[in-house]
Amino acid sequence: MRVLHLQINGDAVEVAAPEHWTLLEVLRYTLGLTGSKQGCDKGDCGACTVLVDGRPMLSCLMLGALAEGREITTIEGLMPAWRQAGGEGADPVQEAFDRCGALQCGFCQPGMLLSARALLNEKPCPSRAEIRDALAGNLCRCTGYTQIVQAVELSIAEATGAEPESPAWAPGENPWKEAERAGLARGKGKG
Amino acid sequence: MAARDNHGIDAPWKGGFQVIGKAHRKSDGLAKATGQAIYADDLQLPGMLHAKILRSPYAHAEIRSIDASKALALEGVHAVITGADLPIQYGVIPWTPDENALALHKVRFIGDEVAAVAAVDEDTANAAVKLIEVEYELLHAYQDPAEALVRTEPQVHEEIRGKAVKGNISKRVELQFGDLKAAFEEADAVVEDEYFFHGTTHTPIEPHCAVAQFTPDGVLTLWSATQITHYVQRALSRVLEHPESQIRVVQPCLGGAFGGKSDPFSLEFIVSKLAMITDRPVKCLWTREEVFYAHRGRHPMRMHYRTGATKDGRLTGVDAKILIDGGSYSSFGLVTTYYSGQLLTGPYDFPSYRFDSTRVFTNKPPCGPKRGHGSVQPRFAFEVQLDQLAQKLALDPIELRRRNFQGENTKTVNGQRVTSNGFLSCLDAVEEASTWKARRGKLPFGRGLGVAGSMYISGTNYPVYPNDMPQAGIQLKVDRSGLVTVFTGGNDIGQGSNSMVRYIVAEELGLDPYDVRVVAADTDLCPVDLGAYSSRVTFMVGNATIDACRKLRETVVAAVAAEWEVPAAQVWMGLGEVFDVEQRDRRISTREAFHLAEARSDTLGATGSYNTPKLGGDYRGGTIGASPAYSFTAHVVEVDVDTETGRITVSDCWVAHDCGRALNPMLVAGQMEGSAYMGIAEALMEEHDINRFGLHQGPSLLDYRIPTSIDTPELHALIVESLDPEGPYGAKEAGEGPLHPSIPAISNAVFDAVGIRLTHLPFTPGKVLKALDEQDTAAPRTAGGRPASRPHVAEEHNA
Repeated sequence: MRVLHLQINGDAVEVAAPEHWTLLEVLRYTLGLTGSKQGCDKGDCGACTVLVDGRPMLSCLMLGALAEGREITTIEGLMPAWRQAGGEGADPVQEAFDRCGALQCGFCQPGMLLSARALLNEKPCPSRAEIRDALAGNLCRCTGYTQIVQAVELSIAEATGAEPESPAWAPGENPWKEAERAGLARGKGKG
Repeated sequence: MAARDNHGIDAPWKGGFQVIGKAHRKSDGLAKATGQAIYADDLQLPGMLHAKILRSPYAHAEIRSIDASKALALEGVHAVITGADLPIQYGVIPWTPDENALALHKVRFIGDEVAAVAAVDEDTANAAVKLIEVEYELLHAYQDPAEALVRTEPQVHEEIRGKAVKGNISKRVELQFGDLKAAFEEADAVVEDEYFFHGTTHTPIEPHCAVAQFTPDGVLTLWSATQITHYVQRALSRVLEHPESQIRVVQPCLGGAFGGKSDPFSLEFIVSKLAMITDRPVKCLWTREEVFYAHRGRHPMRMHYRTGATKDGRLTGVDAKILIDGGSYSSFGLVTTYYSGQLLTGPYDFPSYRFDSTRVFTNKPPCGPKRGHGSVQPRFAFEVQLDQLAQKLALDPIELRRRNFQGENTKTVNGQRVTSNGFLSCLDAVEEASTWKARRGKLPFGRGLGVAGSMYISGTNYPVYPNDMPQAGIQLKVDRSGLVTVFTGGNDIGQGSNSMVRYIVAEELGLDPYDVRVVAADTDLCPVDLGAYSSRVTFMVGNATIDACRKLRETVVAAVAAEWEVPAAQVWMGLGEVFDVEQRDRRISTREAFHLAEARSDTLGATGSYNTPKLGGDYRGGTIGASPAYSFTAHVVEVDVDTETGRITVSDCWVAHDCGRALNPMLVAGQMEGSAYMGIAEALMEEHDINRFGLHQGPSLLDYRIPTSIDTPELHALIVESLDPEGPYGAKEAGEGPLHPSIPAISNAVFDAVGIRLTHLPFTPGKVLKALDEQDTAAPRTAGGRPASRPHVAEEHNA
């Protein structure tokens, strides 16, 4: 066992874990942060992606001990950070994924969302090719990535005041407006 | 009710739909987006042990002895179980229970489960597994289905359910409809060819996981990543010899399935048994490698098709012979064998048809139902054959398909009732969106367009175990806050069935969708639904939901009508209110109406159900493949073939799908896109290949190449709504049908691009280069080994 001093989602935590445990195991089994998922346990699927000092990393390939002294953000940390910064609802990327139908089984999405968040932090208006590139380390088996890319593009469009490109199934429309009204109004929390 | 009670295709309100047809959020979307959703492996119970499984290193062997004493002696080990602890066989189809949770006497594939350990943690359990000593005596292992078809000794299974197995034949179905001899005499053109569909697997990102707890009152609770809670409950009862009423099965949030979690799996019995022995909760999480060996994916099929047509392109007959590699156990194989023939009889009309399908046992991971169960493979063969026919008759491939359209409200050659059928609109939609007429046959060499169509079931009237009870049940509970809680046995596997239920309840009772909560897939709490397979949930659970809501609405309306002393017909519910249609200012909130109804009648709630009408052909097996409604799909794909490397790239895929009515078009589009993506991946990237030693070639997400975001083409989902007369508001399935045409459409597009016919999957660069070389042998070559120029093939088939 080894005592680890970690910075996770803004909290300083001290935990004991076996020395060979990965950051993913420490998160899931010691800290109860089960939002980071295990899909393959060997760095192939990306479901365990967390942000380490703002960069997407595979927590299943990183020893827990190596996370000491670094800023870790897991999927559980996105919404609180957004709200602490004065935002409403969840992080706009999380909201966009929900509004675009990008969350089918949802198992890959914690990792996917963190990759998307890291991309947008680095580059607020990436092209579609850059979005696809940035998400290429996160395997999704449900969506065919279409609604995921739409979600990232929707959040970019809304941040910049542009009109998002309509999906093939709703030509000439912005079908995501409806979901915008329904969700956010209720998800504000706090009050 | 339902077969007995046609709900119709209209909104319950004169003003049209309020919720249905709009892109609402899913009920669990934000929970998933924020990491709050709980999946099976997220469960941690106090004192929980971890189970690991010892698996066979041999493809076919007798077990001589098992010695677990060293494992049991290891500190931290609580129990070791073997086949002797779970001797009763099971299988998802009651006629073919040939599986043991742990092998009894013999192992049938590399990866077959032999023993299981429960220990304080995973590391200890893994260490203990290595200490179990097993002596095997090797048997001849079957890797080639053609060998299993003729060789009878040794047998993979000697008997199933007390009945002797014939050699290594798992199932044979031979059915003939119409006069095939006359059909081929009458034909002006006949195409005959052989096709091969390789094995592919589901690859949900969530590995299988199960957690069991056995409490002192004798209740066993199993949380499992399953898409069939009800069947798992029944199977557990059978194998554990524990009363069904004392077994609770709960499906937590599920991380993808695609048919890969629709069998009862060994780990479910193993954790249950270990929990009962140790009096501790037990979890088993499979590794990715174990998921690949558990498989139940697409059956490899070797298919021979012969199709005849008149010179104007009308099909006269289809004759198919199919050899199906079943792997080591039956799983759904009986149904697969039927489906391989029964589901081909639309959207085209042909007056005669024969299929002869044989599923054999081999010593490989067992195959089962993968998205588009049993019909994706024959559809591939047939749609390529139709393209060959179009080429032979010099017809446009879309035109050939139009000419053979079977129509609406008709009967297929094998006696299946087809009601709504939007296939022509699907063809129109992809033809237009892909600018087919302007581009097909006219693109530069190396680029091409291909088309294919398909049909699929919206559930089947064949429940896995014969019974007369409803296939889907719903229970509504009304809270005084105005909240309606819906209890459904339906398994939301990510497709959004819980959300679908929420939308329907909101629509029917005039509620805000956020005032509807759904409790699902918990056998203690929810009425039975048979599970998420056969694309049955929207159709069946949707109809059951409408049924329950209409009963509840009647109660509420009656109470309000009595209060206002007006006829019930004068009272409407909608938009969160109940009002008098004759006197619009007389209105109360839905919540107040619920209070009135509870005061006047009883605790407020309702049940509803759905059962299929009597369907199917009047012959043995005629109900298998009979569905209350069929969905229809057409794809056009655009490919780029690199003749130097042999690599095929799909740039665009237009998917038009007749889903009856899109209850939520965004979720329908998600199913269409996900299906098309999966089909394209099967054609170009994925191969569940078991080598000659019985080993999987690459049981990891690196080696089994599922597409990333950069491998996936632009997918264009074009929704077609035919409004089915029996579906909930006219809805049909959308989750499986749209996979089928992707694969043949790619083959057909490659033909348009470079003039080669790819008939054997997967379409690897090696196969493409070989076919190009064969095509080139007659052509003059340059010094570099390539022809100086390739004549465009379009001239040949568009002449």
